[in-house]
Amino acid sequence: MTAETPIPSTVTSSSTAGPQVTIAPARPSVQGQTLAAAVRETAIKVRGFSSWYSSFQALKSLDLEMHAKHVTALIGPSGCGKSTFLRWINRMNDSITGARASGTLELAGVDLLSQSLDVVDLRRRVGMVFQKPNPFPKSIYDNVAFGPRLHKVYTRAELDELVEQSLRQASIWNEVKDRLRASALSLSGGQQQRLCIARAIAVGPEVLLMDEPCSALDPKSTLAIEELIETLADRYTIVIVTHNMQQAARVSDHTAFFFEGHLIESGATEEMFTRPKNKQTEDYVTGRFG
Amino acid sequence: MSTHRSIASRLWHDRTFLWACLIAANIAMLVLAVLIISIFWQGFGTLSWSFITHFASRKPAEAGIRAPLMGSIWVCSICALTALPLGIATAVFLEEFAKKSRFTRIIQTNIMNLAGVPSIVYGILGLTAFARMFGAFGTNLDTAITFGNQESLFYFRLPFGSSVLAGGLTLMLVILPVIIIATQESLRSVPSSLRAGAMALGATRWQTVWCITLPAAIPGIMTGAILAMSRAIGESAPILVLGGLLLVFNTPENLMSDFAILPLQIYHWAGKPQQVFHYLAGSAIIIQLVVLLIFNGIAVLIRQKLQKPLQ
Amino acid sequence: MLGRQKSVAARTLRERLIVAMLALAATFSIFVTGTIIVILTKETLGFFAFPDVTLGEFFGSFEWNPLLGSEKHFGIWPLVSGTLLVMAIAASFALPIGLITAVYLSEYASPRVRSVLKPALEILAGIPTVVYGFFALTVITPMLQKLTPAFGSYNAMSAGLATGIMVLPIVCSMSEDSLRAVPRSLRDGAFALGGTRFDVSVKVVIPAALSGIVAAFLLAISRAVGETMIVPLAAGGIAQITANPAAEVQTMTAYLVQIFLGDAPATGVEYKSSYAVAAMLFVMTFALTMVGQWTLRRFREEYD
Repeated sequence: MTAETPIPSTVTSSSTAGPQVTIAPARPSVQGQTLAAAVRETAIKVRGFSSWYSSFQALKSLDLEMHAKHVTALIGPSGCGKSTFLRWINRMNDSITGARASGTLELAGVDLLSQSLDVVDLRRRVGMVFQKPNPFPKSIYDNVAFGPRLHKVYTRAELDELVEQSLRQASIWNEVKDRLRASALSLSGGQQQRLCIARAIAVGPEVLLMDEPCSALDPKSTLAIEELIETLADRYTIVIVTHNMQQAARVSDHTAFFFEGHLIESGATEEMFTRPKNKQTEDYVTGRFG
Repeated sequence: MSTHRSIASRLWHDRTFLWACLIAANIAMLVLAVLIISIFWQGFGTLSWSFITHFASRKPAEAGIRAPLMGSIWVCSICALTALPLGIATAVFLEEFAKKSRFTRIIQTNIMNLAGVPSIVYGILGLTAFARMFGAFGTNLDTAITFGNQESLFYFRLPFGSSVLAGGLTLMLVILPVIIIATQESLRSVPSSLRAGAMALGATRWQTVWCITLPAAIPGIMTGAILAMSRAIGESAPILVLGGLLLVFNTPENLMSDFAILPLQIYHWAGKPQQVFHYLAGSAIIIQLVVLLIFNGIAVLIRQKLQKPLQ
Repeated sequence: MLGRQKSVAARTLRERLIVAMLALAATFSIFVTGTIIVILTKETLGFFAFPDVTLGEFFGSFEWNPLLGSEKHFGIWPLVSGTLLVMAIAASFALPIGLITAVYLSEYASPRVRSVLKPALEILAGIPTVVYGFFALTVITPMLQKLTPAFGSYNAMSAGLATGIMVLPIVCSMSEDSLRAVPRSLRDGAFALGGTRFDVSVKVVIPAALSGIVAAFLLAISRAVGETMIVPLAAGGIAQITANPAAEVQTMTAYLVQIFLGDAPATGVEYKSSYAVAAMLFVMTFALTMVGQWTLRRFREEYD
């Protein structure tokens, strides 16, 4: 699976000479692809994973595997623990007092629950997009440059290039290229969310976590984000939490169904939606509850 | 069956209460109007340019406020330069770093208590801790350890004595709780989604605070800081404890200079029996109020300029 | 890849240093309180070490006369009584008017009225206390004297009213904050049951905001007790136990001002007595603040 191809010359003509700018090629639709044929490398491995908020057990002994450069959707009713699980992958739960976890949670062989893990480095490798777009009250350019500046020292030209590259990948470059210095808050909700995706990409992560990224957006912006997710899946391992069953079916390769802290069923999205093995899963995906 | 209260009586209550409200609200406005008019009435006649540029004098016609005005500026600058970093650092620690523990709860309660301590008590603290340094360097300034020439800008001595530095640090103690509380409130109003966004990009806690939270909280912090400073510039009790009513005939030259401040000059004049000194007090109050008005104007400007919409 | 990696070790070190400095800054406030308590305790003990002072007299005698006459008396009650008299006058002016104005601002006033009234209160809040002292002396006292000749040129009433004006904005803005924190739904509920605006404000909103209002009252009272620059200008300097608002009284803070203005030698018993008075003042305001804090925590209604 080749993620990086040279950019067409028409795109680079505006930027100064430098390292080759790369973008992902258009991705064939999920339906058109047989999953068995794709490279199935385990990115995130979960074994007997449980987590608590003080004395409340939020997640109960999960076993799950998420494949590299695929989209995994986490579905389930509110309060089932899917967001909690997502926030363990980049250890955002660290800032919640009383939150703890046990079991195995590994990213490419690295133990994510280790006390000695450098969470700053982890979050550089695992980006996150939130439920509501949360651009910083800074310019569009500074929003995207914020993450890279934290971790590395760039020359002016390098940073310009990185910002452009990230905005292109998030398919928002054409809308903002003439007003990079404008406040990010002047963008529409859907644009803000794509900016947040660009911001996450700019740090160069392997994994992108998305916590209901479309729940605060209108249908048109939702469609734009969903299309974007499909293109991004060629380069990033994506884990998306969603309430919307159609969305899970449209964008994901794999689906995991959570209910009351348990992982009820997981598997290829097509299987899950057409031939669920579990009765609860069937009730949920057909809209009988939840 | 219970008897119904008549609708008329209930409406009468309603009407009467509204009148009470209007009267109460108008008392506040009336008091402010009378206060300002009476001060201008008494103080406007003796206000002149020479009043600002002259030093104090026994002869009312030649008296001016140059020394107390400069003293107030020196003391308040020192106060701002020390109270702001310390207050903001404390607030940042409590809001952004400290875990909810017994220790932080004690600090929090303690700050609320400090905010209620009468300013004259801070004066006693300043007198003992800064002016006399607990007597560690003797009880007399003759035995003080000095650094540099007395006329130089960098003259320094231990203990500080009744100097502008001691005065500024004492005022710092008075307004520190005010700045801490204002900064905390302002930090709390920054949406937590911004912090989460920065942390998720791999920012450390400090990077999040420095690059995201503090800039977003700046309008609130600045407003609080300026209100605290306008309290500092009008505060007189602690300085009075520090050095009594200092009659000073020159402006401060270094951190160890003696000084007078504007509110104490007002107190001094107001306490004199002769009517003419009351006029001088009135003029000094006008200057004081103008300075305060400028401060508050700046606060309003900052609020309007910097307040960007945050979701 | 673009860019040059930043050092992880430097980042970790910087983070630790900064957190340590911030924690140090936060500890400073504890240090301030500690030093105040140590100084006041030490000097007060020094005061009681004088042979002509006893704890029994301090709390048992009703005469305060440390400066004049052949026999000195150190009974704290005349100063406490003077303080309480001025505080009571200030409170009976500021608390009702402040609360009613707050109700008006939060429940009745149109945005246009608010936009005039709020800044007026903010200006009142920002005026230095010495200005109120001047106002009491040159405006309030002459007005009182016109009303009745019973008032002398120094009296408790004038100082009390000026202190009341000074704390009015505190009562008003803090009460208004807690009134506005009462959720809309509670008001709507009361209106839906057929309440008039008076019913809703007084019987629903005020009780719901009571903890905040009480805290505002206590803070205002503690400010009135600790007020220093109005009383020596307007209330005079005779320490006596009286409830007569036209009488000349000395408060605890006014006594401190008298001492620190240099009427007494720094080593004498008179000078040391100021620390005992300051300790008393500190204990009173500290108690008021603690009760206020406790009320807020204990009775706060959580709405969300």
